[in-house]
Amino acid sequence: MLEVRNLHKSYEGRLLLNGISFTVAAGETVCLLGASGSGKSTLLRIIAGLESAEQGQVCWEGQDLAAVPAHQRGFGLVFQDYALFPHMSVLENVAFGLKMLGLPRAETEQRVTGILEKVNLSEFSHRRVTDLSGGEQQRVALARALAPNPLLLMFDEPLGALDRSLRESLMEELRTILRITGVPAIYVTHDQEEAYKLADRILLLHDGEIVREGRPADIWAEPGSAWVARFLDVGNILEGLVRADGGVETAVGIFSLACGYAHSAGDKVILLVRPSGVQKATGVSAGKPDLLTGVVVDVIFHQERFKIVLADHLYFYLPEAPEIGEQITLQLPPGGLECLS
Amino acid sequence: MKTVQDNNRRRDRIGGNASASLPLGRAAWKSLLPWLGVLVFLSVFFFYPLVRILWVGLKPAALFAIQTSSYLVIRDTSLFTFYQSILSTLLTLALGLPAAFLFARFDFHGKSFLRTLTAIPFMLPTVVVAAGFTALLGPRGWMNIALMHLFRAGSPPVVFTGTLGAILLAHIFYNTTIVIRIVGNSISHLDPRLEQAARSLGAAPLNVFWRITLALLRPSILAAALLVFIFDFTSFGVILLLGGPGFSTLEVAIYTQAMSFFNMPLAALLSLIQLLCTLAFSILYSRLIPRTMVSVGPRGNLSTRPRNLPQRYFVGSLSILLFVFYVLPLSALPLRSVLRLEADEGQRGQVHYGLTGDYYSELFVNRNQSIFYVPPFEAIGNSLGYAGLTVILSLLLGFPVATALAHPGRLARLLDPLIMLPLGASAVTLGLGLIITFNKPIFASQFMLISSPVLVPIAHTIIALPFVIRALQPALASIPERLRQAAAVLGAAPRRVWFAVDWPIVSRATLSAAVFAFTISLGEFGASSLVVRPEYPTLPIAIARFLSQPGGLNYGQAMAMATILMVVCGLGILLIERLRLPGVGEF
Repeated sequence: MLEVRNLHKSYEGRLLLNGISFTVAAGETVCLLGASGSGKSTLLRIIAGLESAEQGQVCWEGQDLAAVPAHQRGFGLVFQDYALFPHMSVLENVAFGLKMLGLPRAETEQRVTGILEKVNLSEFSHRRVTDLSGGEQQRVALARALAPNPLLLMFDEPLGALDRSLRESLMEELRTILRITGVPAIYVTHDQEEAYKLADRILLLHDGEIVREGRPADIWAEPGSAWVARFLDVGNILEGLVRADGGVETAVGIFSLACGYAHSAGDKVILLVRPSGVQKATGVSAGKPDLLTGVVVDVIFHQERFKIVLADHLYFYLPEAPEIGEQITLQLPPGGLECLS
Repeated sequence: MKTVQDNNRRRDRIGGNASASLPLGRAAWKSLLPWLGVLVFLSVFFFYPLVRILWVGLKPAALFAIQTSSYLVIRDTSLFTFYQSILSTLLTLALGLPAAFLFARFDFHGKSFLRTLTAIPFMLPTVVVAAGFTALLGPRGWMNIALMHLFRAGSPPVVFTGTLGAILLAHIFYNTTIVIRIVGNSISHLDPRLEQAARSLGAAPLNVFWRITLALLRPSILAAALLVFIFDFTSFGVILLLGGPGFSTLEVAIYTQAMSFFNMPLAALLSLIQLLCTLAFSILYSRLIPRTMVSVGPRGNLSTRPRNLPQRYFVGSLSILLFVFYVLPLSALPLRSVLRLEADEGQRGQVHYGLTGDYYSELFVNRNQSIFYVPPFEAIGNSLGYAGLTVILSLLLGFPVATALAHPGRLARLLDPLIMLPLGASAVTLGLGLIITFNKPIFASQFMLISSPVLVPIAHTIIALPFVIRALQPALASIPERLRQAAAVLGAAPRRVWFAVDWPIVSRATLSAAVFAFTISLGEFGASSLVVRPEYPTLPIAIARFLSQPGGLNYGQAMAMATILMVVCGLGILLIERLRLPGVGEF
């Protein structure tokens, strides 16, 4: 449905988007995940027609939208701080898009009532938007964007300003609404939790390029690069040197390596060590492979488990807390060492 | 003197309370102390004269004796006052709104210069602006002399002075900056995403402008319009000097009734009408101001270079228009003061056209032997003296009050609006009150306050006082107690603390307030024109006098004096701007 081809955009002399291409299929929710300043919002605004790209196309059903101004694209956009019209009531805000479509008053009212019900705001319709709480404003913004039945719905960090518990519940609502309406959506965020919960597919944006694309579970299972692994906080990143016997030598121990890459002795590799699945090694395991030794510098309570931080900033999760200052040896699970290059 | 006794009585009553319930009463007495000077001063020279105006204007005997001619004066001047104010306001909006968009939305070469240029006239004395427009468009101005030379015409082809157009043009010139500031401020705070949201919801650009941009700006536009209207409504110098005898607003009518026809009851009645109107508008304005705060966008500066042809055309043409409109009158005046373009009176045949310093050197010559003729340099001296006295008086009265207001208690908050009231009364009303009140001997002596020049600095102080207090108070309030504590904890004795923390801020603010009082006094025209003794004129009064007299030399001298006034006031404005704390002191 939506196809973005090779978009380029620079801002104040810096290349912000460097050849972005992707598609959004019918009913699909795509999350653009990236650090702040990675050009995510700019990308959304280019798709919405509020800004123009220096190069590349935005196509809908195969048709280039370059000549179609923002107000004729029929794409909905939910802004970061909602951008509700402060001089209008909740009802007037939601009805705005329908008015612009030139719908008769009766139909407008009917549809607005329906939408407000959908986002649980029926009793708020005549309130001033400035009197609403953050979560309520967010729901009005969603209702306003949904009302004209947009072809595509875009979200620009819509939950960024809200506190954690509110974010959780609004994400649930959003999931439901996106599923019921079946509207294709692009959701921009810097928060991976939001992306995992909402996305059918994640696009990871870094330095103006899409560095990884896929279903949340796939990306988690195979980050594919040290940057992605670090950004998503998948685990510890280690540098290692491949030895003649096929093992790999790192600063914290020698490990066996089983990966799809062909390595020869002397190669430098970047390794991923996931923090879960390790066990505290007992005396018997001395001399076994895949042991990691380090001094505990911090222990942090993490609900069912403890986060153990070793010197060198490595961290692991253990069911029991060791003493700070204790030297511990950890047994990595088989295949616990993944190769990122 | 009745008021002073009243005050004493009130003071006694407060003192009595103090002895009855000691701690509370003493605290109240102490917090009242800094206000005493101002309260006594304003009671005697502002509130009591207002009561006198009320009495003279509404005295049953006078009211019943109102003649048809008086009634006609009231009706016609009221109607014309509203008519010219509304027209001026609309025209000011017509220039000011696009200009507000220009400054808030676009970056272009010379933007800050142009912005400053449009703000200058607002702070210049009316006589200077009137002289500037006369130098440009008046019968002896650049335009007419050029046209007469070009077409060898015998009489000035452009008729400007004495027309409604002159009044309107000067009002636009004065007040456009108000629209630029108030509306422009709102525009630059407008969240651009509101417009973008509207576009993404399907609103076409024109629709976005109408339903979102203008709708959100409506309160600020209304507030700006109302403030412009108030200034146009109470305008005096412009109408008297540029409008000529053909046009009379309430303000001008008060002056002419009092000074030319000595019809004090009618002048007082007109004053009351004027006062009620401005009071109503001011209340409306203060109601509107809080609503002008539009939702604040995330980024501070949203102005960009013009991006397409229509934008470039808009920016180019409007900035050129503003530049020409503001530069021409302001430069016509000083240029005219050093150039002889026509023969002075009695000089035919031996005229040296071109650059001349004569108009300035003539200022020091006493050509006329009449008693009431005062050579210009004496007027300059008078003005400097009045301004100096105004500075001293307003600082003496204002400093304690500003200190009290810096950390206001209940009493301070109660009294604060009271001392700001003189802002609401027009200058001419103020002058009228003073002459009505002080035109009789004090006690049994032969001394009449009106016949001494001391009323002038008093009138100027009443006008300058609110500005002085408003210049001092934020600075004094801005000294954080924690800085003092930090200095003390670091080992500074109280006196060292004061010199290290308070003095740098206090000295700046005091200088700024002093310059404020000085420039206000130098340029004041409305109250002065009623209160000034003919033998001790101020500079603006002398300029107005010379402007109204025939002859090229008189005209040249008026130009020279107005130029001096413009330069001095301009320097004062510059100094105030330099001294101003960031973010303090907008309307």
